[in-house]
Amino acid sequence: MKALNEAKASTASRATFGVDEVRNDFPILKKTVYGKPLVYLDNAATTQKPQSVIDAITRYYSEDNSNIHRGVHFLSERATTAFEDVRVKVQNFLGAARPEEIVFVRGTTEGINLVANSYCRKRLQPGDEIVISGMEHHSNIVPWQMVCKETGAVLRVAPINDRGELLFDEYKQLLGPKTRFVAIVQVSNALGTVNPVREMIQEVRRLDHHVPVLVDGAQAAAHMQVDVQDLDCDFYAFSSHKVYGPTGVGVLYGRYDILDAMPPYEGGGEMILSVTYEKTTYNKLPHKFEAGTPNIAGVIGLGAALDYLQGLDLQEIAAHEQDLLLYGTERVRAEGIRLIGTAAAKTSILSLVFGDVHPHDVGTILDREGIAVRAGHHCAQPVMAHFGVPSTVRASLAVYNTREELDRLTDALRKVKEVFG
Amino acid sequence: MSELRDLYQEVILDHSRQPRNFYAMEDSSHRAEGYNPLCGDKVTIYLRCEDDVVTKVSFEGAGCAISTASASILTECLVGKTRQAVQELFDSFHDMLTGKAEPLPDTEKLGKLAVFQGVCEFPMRVKCATLAWHALQAAFDETNDSITTE
Repeated sequence: MKALNEAKASTASRATFGVDEVRNDFPILKKTVYGKPLVYLDNAATTQKPQSVIDAITRYYSEDNSNIHRGVHFLSERATTAFEDVRVKVQNFLGAARPEEIVFVRGTTEGINLVANSYCRKRLQPGDEIVISGMEHHSNIVPWQMVCKETGAVLRVAPINDRGELLFDEYKQLLGPKTRFVAIVQVSNALGTVNPVREMIQEVRRLDHHVPVLVDGAQAAAHMQVDVQDLDCDFYAFSSHKVYGPTGVGVLYGRYDILDAMPPYEGGGEMILSVTYEKTTYNKLPHKFEAGTPNIAGVIGLGAALDYLQGLDLQEIAAHEQDLLLYGTERVRAEGIRLIGTAAAKTSILSLVFGDVHPHDVGTILDREGIAVRAGHHCAQPVMAHFGVPSTVRASLAVYNTREELDRLTDALRKVKEVFG
Repeated sequence: MSELRDLYQEVILDHSRQPRNFYAMEDSSHRAEGYNPLCGDKVTIYLRCEDDVVTKVSFEGAGCAISTASASILTECLVGKTRQAVQELFDSFHDMLTGKAEPLPDTEKLGKLAVFQGVCEFPMRVKCATLAWHALQAAFDETNDSITTE
């Protein structure tokens, strides 16, 4: 009975969630590729953009374009207001306590590097430990390796099991008096695993000393409600272009007192209050971390994307995407194709291994069917190594995907079998 | 489907399933590894040359159908050739893959390599077909380092 109720609930959510209307908001989805309607399943790499985001950027350049924070003229004031309004939107989106805790960066990668450089590089000593998980993207591995190389700190990696889930007890055992920093991914880009980030942070809080925790939210922000105060993280980073916004913009959230105590990351204009050759006084938060003219149009586009996303209701999005994930998993398994990443808590990613057929060959055949997927190691080579494969074919889902598109994917996978016998 | 059939010809599928001269050569005079960081494909080319003439070629590695078949067919095309002749063959091969062969690819000169003609319709796959050849050039140069396609 319970299952039946759940099935009913899922049908109901599918009925109320208007995927056709959503699709109409994304002009690129009307495109054909090699004469076939585009099936875009590379959303973990970047999502498509709704018309409202494209319009917001066009409107900014057509009507408001100006540099921000310095001009006294009309346009500069309009651009500054629009830019700073987005900071408040992001604050609300993440549940942050203050708008000054929101720093605009180029993307998740820059957000992580900012923290690695400005927080860790100065503080860490030989023998100190940074803890990460065994399912990180290269961008949440390499910056910490660089810090370790420079400071003599040690990188500790919490292992995962064969379903692609974190081994929580092993993770707990890695935390101790030497732990100085923890960096964890909320959703794995290669596997779709959703980490129990809140519980992982609670374990860090049991330590006698305060250890800052950074959450890489690149693959999470478009798929689930994020509340940085509820998570109790110290830093949270995500990219605009994976939440239906433009490329070249991202967000670093940082707890106010920690950010305030950190030295600037880059020097230049915007991040100063006064400069003489003898002494420079740095600007307040968040401007201290925003040297140079920022990507103003990009930030405004991000604001439009968050408006769009919040207009849809993240819970409905999650229910729709979960329905697609279960449906896609069933279809792919029925074809006898191996799935990498089968965690109980999972979202939006189907990572496929096709027997002896190399992912690039699968990707080429799917491409000719109008289906865009990612074939490769997904910038997660240690994850690939764990599963003993060089790469996978990854189909990643977004709000505008449909069951029919997953049928097209399955048909195309059958074509792979035809070609390769 | 016809472009796909042109790309994945039977000969290519056969070589990718059962690569020829697939072993680590113990008495090689030249050796180099090729690596495509974008897809993780790896190939090691082993050469034995006597008086500037190739007498033996083998390879090892893992990659897609195109890169494996290309390496396998390469090992069958070089014996008896001087370095200069090998370079000329690669130039013709590369021109064919990138659609630069004028007016048409010299299929007589290319021999078995002509089966890769379909690759020119798939520009993203040119690197797959040339990985082994880039490794071969590195082997001749005796750099003995890993070369990458990037």
